Amino acid sequence: MNDIRTIALVAGVLGLLAVATAVGQFLKRHPDRGLDPAAVDTFNLRLRGWWIMCTVLAAAFWLGTTATVVLFGLVSFWALREFITLTPTRKGDHRALFWVFFLFTPLHYVLVGLNRYDVFSVFLPVYATLFVLARVAFAGDYKRFLERTAKIQAGLVVCVYCLSFAPALLQLPLAGATDGGNFRLLFFLILLVQFADCMQYVWSRMLGRRLVAASVSSNRTWEGLLGSATSTALLAAALWWAAPPFEPWQAALAGFVVALMGFAGGMTMSAIKRDRGVKDYGTLVVGHGGVLDRIDSICFAAPVFYHLTQLFAGWGSA
Amino acid sequence: MLSPADTPTTPAPAGAGTHDGPSVFCRAAGLSLAALARLLSGASVRWIASQPDTCQRVYFANHTSHLDAIVIWSSLPQAVRELTRPVAAKDYWQRGVVRRWLAQQVFNAILIDRTDIKVHQSPVDLMLREIGMTKSLIVFPEGGRSVTGEIGEFKSGLYYLAKKRPDIELVPVHIDNLNRVLPRGEFLPVPLLSCISFGPPLWLERGEAKVDFLERARRAVIALKE
Repeated sequence: MNDIRTIALVAGVLGLLAVATAVGQFLKRHPDRGLDPAAVDTFNLRLRGWWIMCTVLAAAFWLGTTATVVLFGLVSFWALREFITLTPTRKGDHRALFWVFFLFTPLHYVLVGLNRYDVFSVFLPVYATLFVLARVAFAGDYKRFLERTAKIQAGLVVCVYCLSFAPALLQLPLAGATDGGNFRLLFFLILLVQFADCMQYVWSRMLGRRLVAASVSSNRTWEGLLGSATSTALLAAALWWAAPPFEPWQAALAGFVVALMGFAGGMTMSAIKRDRGVKDYGTLVVGHGGVLDRIDSICFAAPVFYHLTQLFAGWGSA
Repeated sequence: MLSPADTPTTPAPAGAGTHDGPSVFCRAAGLSLAALARLLSGASVRWIASQPDTCQRVYFANHTSHLDAIVIWSSLPQAVRELTRPVAAKDYWQRGVVRRWLAQQVFNAILIDRTDIKVHQSPVDLMLREIGMTKSLIVFPEGGRSVTGEIGEFKSGLYYLAKKRPDIELVPVHIDNLNRVLPRGEFLPVPLLSCISFGPPLWLERGEAKVDFLERARRAVIALKE
């Protein structure tokens, strides 16, 4: 965290958060401004989440790459816990789940930490999938076999595999960039995803007319999607200096795609939640924050962002 | 056949436990096991119209997993936990050195011989003798772990406990999802999230019939599901 661009990025974000917090507290104290108090509460709750996210990320970055990978590993573990808790499993899945939690998830993050892209990019999607299929078959319960194995696999891919591309950014080889460059790249991704989430909400509330799928989400609209993708692209272009391999237009493209993917992640998780009849993963078990609710968009955006960066970095060095 | 030989040994370790109190090592083991159980079962604890208290209570819960007793035990505040003794099946907890040590020294469990219930040595009398006028109990009135996940009929022990000691608060406890953490017949846990709900205490009403009381108690546990 020692170069000027990192400091500018972090200070900018902290400044924004501070202003937003002040506004949120002001609105809370003055409920007569004609704003929906529930919306203000949601806003304040979101802000609290971001403060926590920022603090934890800052601590992890400060401790180094390994600490960050471990942190994301724990987040994955917890998210997978929530995912599988919510999905009905049968007793025949028990042993497979044990290995999924205690072998495949940690081992995948070890591979990410060792920067073995060639191995970790196939480890979960291929080997864990084959293992889960076979282990459930060996357990002898064939009832709704494909449905059950697909659930475990979906949980692994979304909560573990996809999310791990975020810390993997820290080890992406970038020509001529320092450690700080990779750190900014990860920060950039998370910032864009959060911003896109926010913008989606704002645009949907202001202009939202056409719902994408009324049965899945009652507040995600096409206008919100388009507005959020455009605003995120603009923000990314304005911040292009923060993310090492990007030209402004490349940053804008990355921002646009990140917003689309984040939206898709939110929709997907909504669909799963609707199917299970809950509103938040957090309310499923009282007292737990609902990690999956917070990271669904990052999960979807991280791998695409990783590969876009890889592509642009390749062009830059060629 | 083994039972007659077992019977005299029962009061001895439990008696030793009440006289000396657990050693520092056992207390530390208890604390770390409680923490581990909480972590592994991701148990969130809810007190619904009810408060933790050190008064004498019988916590009665649905039984779904071997972890039930330890998770309920560990979700009580420490002051309450030290006064609370799980009731467990002797045939399971007497097997092996570790289990026996855990049951007797760490959880301070009251072990009941399920295969040898006699009139003059009824489990209810044993439990009441063991808890004296200070300790609380954790019991599973279904008798065994349910296979289907449905909460089965309650056995009559709870009724006799309530009848013989009408001053004790009977606290319903509902355990959710723990059967998926460690199902029957498995020994490796899957760390899903579970939920322990404590409900408002109930008592045996004057003149309430056994069947009615047991059904009311069972309904109180089911009501905590939501």
